[in-house]
Amino acid sequence: MSDNPFSLWVYLSQSPLLWLTVTLLTYAATDAVSLKTRRHPLANPVLHSLWIIGAFLLLTGTSYTTYFAGAQFVHFLLGPATVALAVPLYENRRRVAAAVLPMLLALAVGSLTAIVSVVLLARAFGLPRDIILSLAPKSVTAGVAMGISESLHADPSLTAVSVILTGIMGAIIVTPLMNFTGVTDFRGRGFAAGIAAHGIGTARAFQVDEVAGVFAGIAMSLNALVTSLLVPLAVTYLLR
Amino acid sequence: MIASLSLILLCQLVGEVAVRALAVPVPGPVVGLVLLLLLLLARDRFPVLARGPLGDDGVESASRGMLANLSLLFIPAGVGVVQKLDLLAEHGIAILVILAVSVIVTLLATVATFVAASSLLSREEENP
Repeated sequence: MSDNPFSLWVYLSQSPLLWLTVTLLTYAATDAVSLKTRRHPLANPVLHSLWIIGAFLLLTGTSYTTYFAGAQFVHFLLGPATVALAVPLYENRRRVAAAVLPMLLALAVGSLTAIVSVVLLARAFGLPRDIILSLAPKSVTAGVAMGISESLHADPSLTAVSVILTGIMGAIIVTPLMNFTGVTDFRGRGFAAGIAAHGIGTARAFQVDEVAGVFAGIAMSLNALVTSLLVPLAVTYLLR
Repeated sequence: MIASLSLILLCQLVGEVAVRALAVPVPGPVVGLVLLLLLLLARDRFPVLARGPLGDDGVESASRGMLANLSLLFIPAGVGVVQKLDLLAEHGIAILVILAVSVIVTLLATVATFVAASSLLSREEENP
């Protein structure tokens, strides 16, 4: 044991161990609550982990860079997890193959709606042009969205914020909204979650139903492609 | 377990290399997804492939384990939001309202298109 408890903190707060542990523990706790509430939309583990860890960082005066040095091991798994989507896709291949046409149509409509709605709304609210450009790609996964934002000379960090907020709001709202509309087709419900709320929506879809998760994963992957093509076109037409 | 994880990483690695070599605007992991899917489909045709991670539910159970905790993987990037709250200070409410409305409209438009298209198709199959 060190003679000064503060020096122990200085050591720990700089090591990846502490921040990796904090991330996993917070998720384990928030996920347990989510399970206890039978996956209630408002008990979303991403939402609650964010403010708990965020508050902890602010209270201890820890920079995001220090935190990320530990949490990057979890972040890294996003790539392998995308590859892993091949397994449920393979297991549900007949169902997916039977729905190719509805998926492509829903992809075109959904992707366009996501971009056009946010650009028109932001213009109606009188937001400055660079903010509108940063919000435009908010429905695709953060890495792709930030790339689009960069190519438009917008603000990638604001894009990242809007991507995360969109994902969390979509994940919270999708189940009550779909129950309200009375749609019971989990293929369509999942596909919508993947288009509107990328990976966080897909994670939510997997919590609700495996088929919904598979369709959300496909939607998310396809939307990343379509959105990177559509956003530059849409902003040229809508923001002349 | 380790072999299954290696196979997943290998698919991603090949995906990343292919994307960079061909300079196509597709994320590397998405190419990796397609590769793993092709491997699983090839296994059905050539039973000789059903060994190591591709046999005995290996890569399947590793993938299911990862996807069961997909939410966890978004936390490190998501925490970045908390550090950038000042960006939201000026137009925060407007941005939140815009994103919320856009997400609802997008969910409804997508699911409506999907349901309409699939019911139209199944009706055509019933009376060709």
